[in-house]
Amino acid sequence: MSGKATGKCREAFMDEAWSAAVEAAVAGATSHRETVASLKEVLLANLVMVGEIPAETFKEEKRVRFILDRFREAGLDKISTDEASNALAVLPGQEGKRSLLVCAHLDTSFDEVADHTVAVETDLIRGAGIADNSLGVAVLCSLPSILQALEIRLKSDLILMGAAQGLGRGNLHGMDFFLDHHRGRIDAGICVEGVDLGRLSYQSIGMLRGEIVCRRKGSDLGAAPMSAGAIEPLAEVVRLIEEIPVPLRPPTTITLGAMTAGNTFHLAAPVGSLRFEVRSAKVGLVATIQEQIEEIVTRVGLEAGVDLSLEVIARRRNGGIDFGHPLTATTRRVMQALAVTPKVKPSVGELSSLIARDIPGVTLGITERAPDHEGREGVRIEPIFSGIAQLVAMLQAVDAGVCDGEEQS
Amino acid sequence: MEKNSHSWLESNTFHHSEFWDLLKLIEEKERKGLKVSLCIPTLNEEKTIGKEIIIFKSELMTRYPLLDEIAVVDSGSNDQTREVAASFGAEVYLASEILPEEGDRKGKGENLWKAIYQLKGDIIVYVDADITNIHPRFVYGLVGPLIYNDQVQYVKAFYDRPLAFSQGIRPSGGGRVTEILVRPLFSMFFPELSAVIQPLSGEYAVRRPVLERIPFPIGYGVETAHLLDVYREWGMDAFAQTDLDQRVHRNQTTIALGRMSFGILQTFLHRMERFGMIKELGELNQVYRHFEAQDRHYHLKERLIQEEERRPMIEVPAYQEKFSVTP
Repeated sequence: MSGKATGKCREAFMDEAWSAAVEAAVAGATSHRETVASLKEVLLANLVMVGEIPAETFKEEKRVRFILDRFREAGLDKISTDEASNALAVLPGQEGKRSLLVCAHLDTSFDEVADHTVAVETDLIRGAGIADNSLGVAVLCSLPSILQALEIRLKSDLILMGAAQGLGRGNLHGMDFFLDHHRGRIDAGICVEGVDLGRLSYQSIGMLRGEIVCRRKGSDLGAAPMSAGAIEPLAEVVRLIEEIPVPLRPPTTITLGAMTAGNTFHLAAPVGSLRFEVRSAKVGLVATIQEQIEEIVTRVGLEAGVDLSLEVIARRRNGGIDFGHPLTATTRRVMQALAVTPKVKPSVGELSSLIARDIPGVTLGITERAPDHEGREGVRIEPIFSGIAQLVAMLQAVDAGVCDGEEQS
Repeated sequence: MEKNSHSWLESNTFHHSEFWDLLKLIEEKERKGLKVSLCIPTLNEEKTIGKEIIIFKSELMTRYPLLDEIAVVDSGSNDQTREVAASFGAEVYLASEILPEEGDRKGKGENLWKAIYQLKGDIIVYVDADITNIHPRFVYGLVGPLIYNDQVQYVKAFYDRPLAFSQGIRPSGGGRVTEILVRPLFSMFFPELSAVIQPLSGEYAVRRPVLERIPFPIGYGVETAHLLDVYREWGMDAFAQTDLDQRVHRNQTTIALGRMSFGILQTFLHRMERFGMIKELGELNQVYRHFEAQDRHYHLKERLIQEEERRPMIEVPAYQEKFSVTP
């Protein structure tokens, strides 16, 4: 990454006011945990209810209704949804000079027919999408009650957002739509993910997700058993993609995620598709690899005599704040106070949208993932209280001005 | 069906959505000075009990104080049921430790009966512990008719979630035992009661003055006995029923349903004898027989099913003392 904090930022971070804000946030983190734990059943009830509402990307309406009801019951302002199906509300601050955004993506990769039953055990909760990201949404719904129980009144306006249409083909549409149409300034953002506690994302990694579709030419699709189908050209594409040189440093990967073609034993496949993802921490390398893949697609299409096309499904650009940025540094201090080990990892989620608009932000995880059982993901209950204490402490720090005057790299 | 059943169906059948306004419901509850207790009878329900407690405690105690207490009355589970329930804040009781001087019997009805002594509510709502799609409606949908209507004494749940029907009329009713055994019996001997859509549903809310005056079979017959006894003593207008949409739970085997039917039949026939509708019934056989096959060999399996009954709670001296009541 090319990011570095400015000199002004470094100096300012050292000044007394900011140090006091950091210390207050750190001190608050440990004392918040007990109060948050006293709201266990409210939080877990929200988690169960959110988790049992299907919310496949582009079909989030029922979950949005639930969130808006929760916002309404909490007496928030400006409760609304928008054309991108986001769930939004504002907890007005005492001064309202700053606006802080807390968001959790509310869509999941499970369709409506999947079993959404949530199971509660003594120390963990299981269910489809419970970690990604029903827990994040439950925390969002519970945050007004938590702040009230902690008797915390922020000076800043707090925008709570359940972000829709984020995953897969959603391509962060909910977050992008909100940021493009929100009329006020957003001073900082915190994205909430269910797992893992200690997650600290402050940079967006360059990323490209694409789908290559191969179609046989002609009107006799599938009719000639011995003729070439869609599989062979796609196999050649795979072979050539694997020949693309990929550096180990900065970390760069090409992942072939899914390949589908054909339905029978005896007929050549008329249509096939290959889904892939490219990630790189090196600025510009994703674009270079994209050009190489486009070249491969054109070449194989012509040589095999098939229609071969590449569709870009999602793209993220490199960027973000620096490791030494006050927001990042404060997060690490808060985690340390809570005995949580930071796990630095770049984001391709909603944080990327903030980064693309030069809004300082981080993504935080709330709890530990439990081992999958019969294909169902689970989260541990006890660490949730530390995860929320961390979130509240960070809100207090940003509210006190930790990010003031900062710039992104 | 008699004319009265039609009018009862119209006036005393509700949908849970009619009681969604919890603030209004609580306001009325407080105006009438009522206390509401939730009893969850359990036996080895560690997989589902935690979720029920969380939902009810958060939504109906902390956020909206409709419930005054949540109690798990356990039959002696040998899994973690009691520990899980307690860890999420429920009051947990072993049925055997409630009124020990009355002895200890095994069966769901025993737990329901002892809850009358242990719990303090003017209304007790019973919800089974094996519901996987638990929701606050399972309580407020049953309590609502009792809070708003002083005449209603006993509210039964039913579950009716139609999928797609091209015509306006669709079949609706209870489970296999209801439709094959109980409804035919009711239709024959107590036609008005056949208006109760799911007479065997395990979720119901009842006023204390009714609960304390009816006997409790401890086994399969408890729901059937309640309907017959309340109907005979207080009439059809004491009942209401609420559609709670859908209940997802474990399915029972046909063999298990056979045992259940055997127990219900015992209760039903004894009631008919008690009501003078059958004379000289004699002693009923209490051994249920069914077959098991291995290759071409058939084995007759026998199981003793005794539908013992607890006397009305108001006849128990300790209860009279605790609640200052007399029979």
